[in-house]
Amino acid sequence: MFINTAMFLVRTPNGLKTAIIEGDVVGGTCVNRGCVPSKALLAVSGRMRELQNEHHMKSFGLQVAAAGYDRQGVADHANNLASKIRSNLTNSLKALGVDILTGVGTILGPQTLKYGKGGSGGTAITAKDIIIATGSVPLVPKGIEVDGKSVITSDHALKLEYVPDWIAIVGSGYIGLEFSDVYTALGSEVTFIEALDQLMPGFDPEIGKLAQRVLINPRKIDYHTGVFASKITPAKDGKPVQIELIDAKTKEPKDVLEVDAALIATGRAPFTQGLGLENINVQTQRGFIPVDERMRVIDANGKLVPRLYCIGDANGKMMLAHAASAQGISVVEQVSGKDHVLNHLSIPAACFTHPEISMVGLTEPQAREKAEKEGFEVSVAKTSFKANTKALAENEGEGLAKLIYRPDNGEILGVHIFGLHAADLIHEASNAIAMGTRIQEIKFAVHAHPTLSEVLDELFKSAKVKVTSSPVAEPVSV
Amino acid sequence: MSHSHLLRTSFIPTAPPSLRRVAAVTHIRARTPQIQSKIREIFMPALSSTMTEGKIVSWVKSEGDKLSKGESVVVVESDKADMDVESFYDGYLAAIIVDEGLSAAVGSTIALLAESEEEIAIAQSQKLSSSAPASASASAISSNDAPKAFDETPTPVASSATPAGNAGISNAVVNSGALGSAVHPASEGGKRVVASPYAKKLAKDLGVDLRGVVGSGPNGRVVAKDVEAAASAAKVSGNGGATAVASETTKPSGVELGSVVPFTTMQSAVSRNMVESLAVPTFRVGYTITTDALDALYKKIKSKGVTMTALLAKATALALVKHPVVNSSCRDGKSFTYNSQINIAVAVAIDGGLITPVLQDADKVDIYSLSRKWKELVDKARAKQLQPNEYNMGTFTVSNLGMFGVDRFDAILPPGTGAIMAVGASQPTLVGTKDGRIGLKNQMQVNVTADHRVIYGADLAAFLQTLSKIIEDPKDLTF
Repeated sequence: MFINTAMFLVRTPNGLKTAIIEGDVVGGTCVNRGCVPSKALLAVSGRMRELQNEHHMKSFGLQVAAAGYDRQGVADHANNLASKIRSNLTNSLKALGVDILTGVGTILGPQTLKYGKGGSGGTAITAKDIIIATGSVPLVPKGIEVDGKSVITSDHALKLEYVPDWIAIVGSGYIGLEFSDVYTALGSEVTFIEALDQLMPGFDPEIGKLAQRVLINPRKIDYHTGVFASKITPAKDGKPVQIELIDAKTKEPKDVLEVDAALIATGRAPFTQGLGLENINVQTQRGFIPVDERMRVIDANGKLVPRLYCIGDANGKMMLAHAASAQGISVVEQVSGKDHVLNHLSIPAACFTHPEISMVGLTEPQAREKAEKEGFEVSVAKTSFKANTKALAENEGEGLAKLIYRPDNGEILGVHIFGLHAADLIHEASNAIAMGTRIQEIKFAVHAHPTLSEVLDELFKSAKVKVTSSPVAEPVSV
Repeated sequence: MSHSHLLRTSFIPTAPPSLRRVAAVTHIRARTPQIQSKIREIFMPALSSTMTEGKIVSWVKSEGDKLSKGESVVVVESDKADMDVESFYDGYLAAIIVDEGLSAAVGSTIALLAESEEEIAIAQSQKLSSSAPASASASAISSNDAPKAFDETPTPVASSATPAGNAGISNAVVNSGALGSAVHPASEGGKRVVASPYAKKLAKDLGVDLRGVVGSGPNGRVVAKDVEAAASAAKVSGNGGATAVASETTKPSGVELGSVVPFTTMQSAVSRNMVESLAVPTFRVGYTITTDALDALYKKIKSKGVTMTALLAKATALALVKHPVVNSSCRDGKSFTYNSQINIAVAVAIDGGLITPVLQDADKVDIYSLSRKWKELVDKARAKQLQPNEYNMGTFTVSNLGMFGVDRFDAILPPGTGAIMAVGASQPTLVGTKDGRIGLKNQMQVNVTADHRVIYGADLAAFLQTLSKIIEDPKDLTF
């Protein structure tokens, strides 16, 4: 369970009494095996990359002696951070009066569940509302043998037990991409294995192309696309990890790679086994628990299970921590008597490579598809970080920001940013989408100079909207 | 006048009459594909008045894609923003010469556009051939040069040209570098190459064939430093080969220093003629001719196969029409022999010698036929198949050393003729114009050596004046 929900729970005027059933460690994936340690490692890799980029340093007039790293020190930074946040979270929960019940939770019926060591024993309890937030685990496709040493998932990788010379990363989504950033900064060479025909398939294609040009081509990374890793055998007896590649469409064998390590980053599978879902006649779809737009669980007959909700990776709507959190807040609102439906299009996403990638809303192809179906026009505004003073001062002019919008009414359909601090900059756009702000309203907002946020200012100002805004409110004299 | 020497003159004879060099064979061969197919070049545009170089941000279209006029092909970085560059023609993007992330000078070729799908393959081979000879710096040596040892795939152009003995060196280099034992567990006895990602990238950039690199990484895999070592080894032997070949330019093939080599028949003939010419009283008159108009004309009609040699020969012939005495000779020491034809002999250097193929009736034949004939003659000369009547019947000789940057020289009068004209390089020169201003014009110096028994100073001067007028106003040359 993510922390915000808990905070919110107690802040509500009704002061709902809350208990958390935790089968593993408090904080779940995000704190222990996800966001927290990965950002710690990425912070290290970002600095390492900068310090090792002699050319970059020289352009500032700096001389840096050969930068090196101590693997254990780096691993400790990540582990310590995870522990610290875990204990902070536990303390906050306790301070808020939340009961932490240790054990595996199983639903017995509507509003009834038990927790314990699993199996037949355990303590039964009742609750007015139940939220399932069991999250996900790394997905390991069949044929791949994970040994935790030479063939690993993100869980193992974040412990950084060793840095291989050559690691194959299966999957080029944001997890694989972030790890490639970490490993290449620490001196490894990376080979991507991607099932689809292009790398980074989830991103807007223009951003993906630029990202490839900056994050992959100049680094010690090569790739195989359109292939599956049908069999991966861990290293043993001095032989390297063997990866058999087959063509994704024809399934014909294509190549065999021999690498020092393989990281499986093909996505995450929902963790919904053993929850007792059959007791309430709920069937999972590919492991995900079906829910409606209010996060209420739908049973096998298509009826809503009363007072049962499912948020986060377990329902598969948007597998991001802050999406889970937002879904949780939506549920709490409902539980407190106020209806709430979360607009998923206003939820931003970020990839913490160097430079970062972030996005909110639709990609250009998705926007154009929607436009064709619903019969409106789509326009695109683009700007380069090269035009931004702050970015140039940092010699980080490599970047692109893109605004996809409706010129007839100024609605923002999507914003994509690739560049320095992209993950922080996106919120202006995601806020606008969440509040339904139109471009003609936001374009007069002032941005401090010189800051990176002016990149978005450029986008809004360069958009050509056919509608002008309504008269502004009373000006405030200074 | 001391001007900087231009290595490339606007006169580009296909057969430079320098001593002992066979320069132009590969020029012709390398350019053949261009003449046959309609491959257009896509140039780096100037996106602002001060832009000298642009960086390719991304290729909107990929090799093989169809292009329509006006469609975006590539995104180029300017100082303010990245700008889309459109295609001016319909066709197919046949070959990308400059990749993403790389820069190119404004006006340089960044890609090739083929009009039809079939021509895409031609453009691809053109791309390979145009990149390969770039490394064969120095003068145009016959193609299989040592630098080609770097290429993974031998270009079709290169392999077709005849190695002229120099290739023996380069072939040895290629063979020694190739297929070093790839015996290590990971590669299943040399069938597969196991190389790390960075090694693969380096191999591509440095032009190293991975199959020939021995791996020192774990399980015998090829790592970056193996590729770097292989590249510097190839360079060393390549340079050795290149310098060996380069030194060929200063000595004829097979020359041994410190040895005494008797004249060949041709060399004996040349020597004899030169000695004979000592008996003739010669004098020289020089003239500076502005060639801007001629250069412009050449540019216009060179696509029709016209060469500078042919243009010069034609101009000379037309001038000789007006000054027949310059076309005469003194055969017996006591009379003028006025020739009925104007046959311009042009000096050509061939392997081990010098020969003067003759353009007969150069005043009467049109420039296009003259050019065609010239090409024929040069090929025959190279193949040593010129008939006596094709080299004996000259009445006036032209010798051009302009392509070497020579600005003026004195030619020796071949026996049996009255005059020989030595042509120097055309160079941009500061001149004072009629209206008292300073301007820049392309000028070349010609120097005529004539037999004073039949040609007097005033005759020669008048001839040169006429020639200069014809060259400076060349409209009559094209018929």
